[in-house]
Amino acid sequence: MSAGSQGGLPPAASQHSLTEIIKDAGLWALVTLGLCFPLIAFRTEQNLSLQTALEPRPLLVLLTVAVVFVGRLLWRLYAHPSRPRRVLFPPLDLSEHRRRYGPRIGLALLLLFPVLALAFAGQGGAIKWINNFGVQILIYIMLAWGLNIVVGLAGLLDLGYVAFYAVGAYTYAIIAAYVIPATVPMLGPWAFWICLPLAGILAAFWGMLLGFPVLRLRGDYLAIVTLAFGEIIRLVLINWVALTNGSAGIQTPYITFFGLPFTSRSGQTTFSETFGLSGSPTLHRAIFLYYVVLALALLVAFVTQRMRRLPVGRAWEALREDEIACRALGINTVNTKLTAFAMGAMFGGLAGCIFGASQSLVSPRSFEFMESATILAIVVLGGMGSLLGIAIAAVAIIGGIELLRELDWLKAVFGSGFDPTQYRMLIFGLAMVLMMVWRPRGLIAAREPSISLNEAKAISSAHVKEGHG
Amino acid sequence: MRWLRDPLLVVEGLTMRFGGLVAVRDLAFSVGRGDITSLIGPNGAGKTTVFNCITGFYKPTSGLMVLSTDGPIQSQAVADLTASSRRFVCRDDKIGGGGLFLLERMPDFEITRRARVARTFQNIRLFVGMTVLENLVVAQHTALMHASGWSLVGLVGAQSYKQAEASAVDVARYWLDRIGLTHRADDAAGALPYGDQRRLEIARAMCTDPVLLCLDEPAAGLNPRESLALNELLRAIRDEHGTSILLIEHDMSVVMEISDHVIVLEYGIKISDGTPDSVKNDPRVIAAYLGVEDEEVAEAEAEVGL
Repeated sequence: MSAGSQGGLPPAASQHSLTEIIKDAGLWALVTLGLCFPLIAFRTEQNLSLQTALEPRPLLVLLTVAVVFVGRLLWRLYAHPSRPRRVLFPPLDLSEHRRRYGPRIGLALLLLFPVLALAFAGQGGAIKWINNFGVQILIYIMLAWGLNIVVGLAGLLDLGYVAFYAVGAYTYAIIAAYVIPATVPMLGPWAFWICLPLAGILAAFWGMLLGFPVLRLRGDYLAIVTLAFGEIIRLVLINWVALTNGSAGIQTPYITFFGLPFTSRSGQTTFSETFGLSGSPTLHRAIFLYYVVLALALLVAFVTQRMRRLPVGRAWEALREDEIACRALGINTVNTKLTAFAMGAMFGGLAGCIFGASQSLVSPRSFEFMESATILAIVVLGGMGSLLGIAIAAVAIIGGIELLRELDWLKAVFGSGFDPTQYRMLIFGLAMVLMMVWRPRGLIAAREPSISLNEAKAISSAHVKEGHG
Repeated sequence: MRWLRDPLLVVEGLTMRFGGLVAVRDLAFSVGRGDITSLIGPNGAGKTTVFNCITGFYKPTSGLMVLSTDGPIQSQAVADLTASSRRFVCRDDKIGGGGLFLLERMPDFEITRRARVARTFQNIRLFVGMTVLENLVVAQHTALMHASGWSLVGLVGAQSYKQAEASAVDVARYWLDRIGLTHRADDAAGALPYGDQRRLEIARAMCTDPVLLCLDEPAAGLNPRESLALNELLRAIRDEHGTSILLIEHDMSVVMEISDHVIVLEYGIKISDGTPDSVKNDPRVIAAYLGVEDEEVAEAEAEVGL
């Protein structure tokens, strides 16, 4: 019996016979039944004698299978497979217009963010917005831009990037909390500004140190070794108690306004006293910190863009494209890789120093593998090599995770036991899967050429290689 | 017989062993300054291995490879250099300055950078995700790296670096014009058709300003018209730029047409060496390519015009 002969059916169904559609839906129901069996068919419970007992739930299984069967049946009958697939996310339009004004608008928003936060959230709320969203997202943007040099430009997969973040944070913590008070206490208020370059230099040094042994590794092997390096640093931080105070971490002094503390501990004149400002010192500190991170992030972006137009930056990208061709063109691939590791690590170290100064405690818990994975996810999601895409991805991922904390009203819907932050990994994973389906090369996948003869044309990601170590 | 009078590169006793396999055995040959030298031989004869040794991608098991960018090779200077632990002597110790180089001691990038040997690959190796122009600018890495003060001068946006970059673009523009790809300068190299990619790879190698250009099967996959244009390009490179060319090629129309000197390898051993005409008539070459003499061979010979 042909379904097409029955006038009421939509044209989609006419191509297949009804029996075939029912068979298909039946298959789906069968697969669902198979999946249900280990997942929802039984529930473990402790009975009165404290033994684990299995409570069968046949009704739930039946319901699920029925829903899938009916759903699939309706889908096959009424969905129109002949209709062209809608493009859900068309490629970002990087026309001249948007390319010119997009970053400017973004920059203006970034500069005005504390003001906007104050205006919309009031004094109390603004602290949370500036610290949790502003500073944190900017730190992650810096980190992702740093990792972008290693992964996005040079094509070296680094899974232990958090190590350099840790080096930066601990440089600040150890020097500001132990070294300066013990040697030249008068420099105390300047600790952040002394530590900032040191953190960058030390992280770059560690980047080179990691770079040497992994120079000959590629792809998966490189990823494994860098992963191990990240863990080694974390384990050293936990176990070298004499230096790092182990898992308890180090209490760090807060950042000062070029020597003027925001909150006074020993009767020093504070920032708000000097400038005659009213309002919470914590807010002042948050705003100041925000602008410091913003300035550093912009510096990182500026340096990265400049580097891309320098021979070393072009060599990074050439390395990602074809290492053997690089060697045939007189490029010292060893030095090129080391500079990429060092530059990336340096930016990570700077971000770490800011992190140290923005928190009251630096502990190894902040530098777990999950951080490396998040930073890498930002780079991949943003589109390897694209600073703008990475910034957007950082806002989406870090801002998204933070936003989940704000969704308390969901408790009214799902009951008081519902905690949206518990689902962040689920949402995170789902978002990654969807990205891989729709935009496998990231938000902004097209590559911007570093130099052009007539007019710069973005290069399709179909040509750009991802690098294999 | 320029390769005997004024050799640019002298290879002696070159042996390359991969475990039990001897890919090249005790090979000796010279490349004449300003010659187009062809390295031919059946598949697996060791031609690409020789290339990889010359360009430093392989460290030869043994052998001597001397290249002079500073006039004729003096045997005394070679003896002195070989006895020392140095890799090369340069006249004014400047990168790109004339000198005497022991290639077997130098790492690959240094061979391109200092001894000025450039190469292309059998399977084209362009930076496909970069534009055609970028490919040519990356090839001028050494000069630009100098001008950018190892990135420090360039990072602050110094005028000197901008000028150096502009002149690098001029060099690139010249080569784009030579290979007829100016209109595609801002396209991804991977978007070019095959023949254009082959020519771009040669242009990219020329952007390193080489004295010796090593081409691994440049005519592979080209149609007869493109093949003819390639002959013109290679002649122009030799005549106008004074760059000597070492060529691996299977296309005999290219080899016999443009070569000044042909070297034939079989099973890693040199079986013939001389002008195209003398090689063409060498019975050992005929045997290597076509097997031993018999009536069928004679027919086949007539067919391919040997």
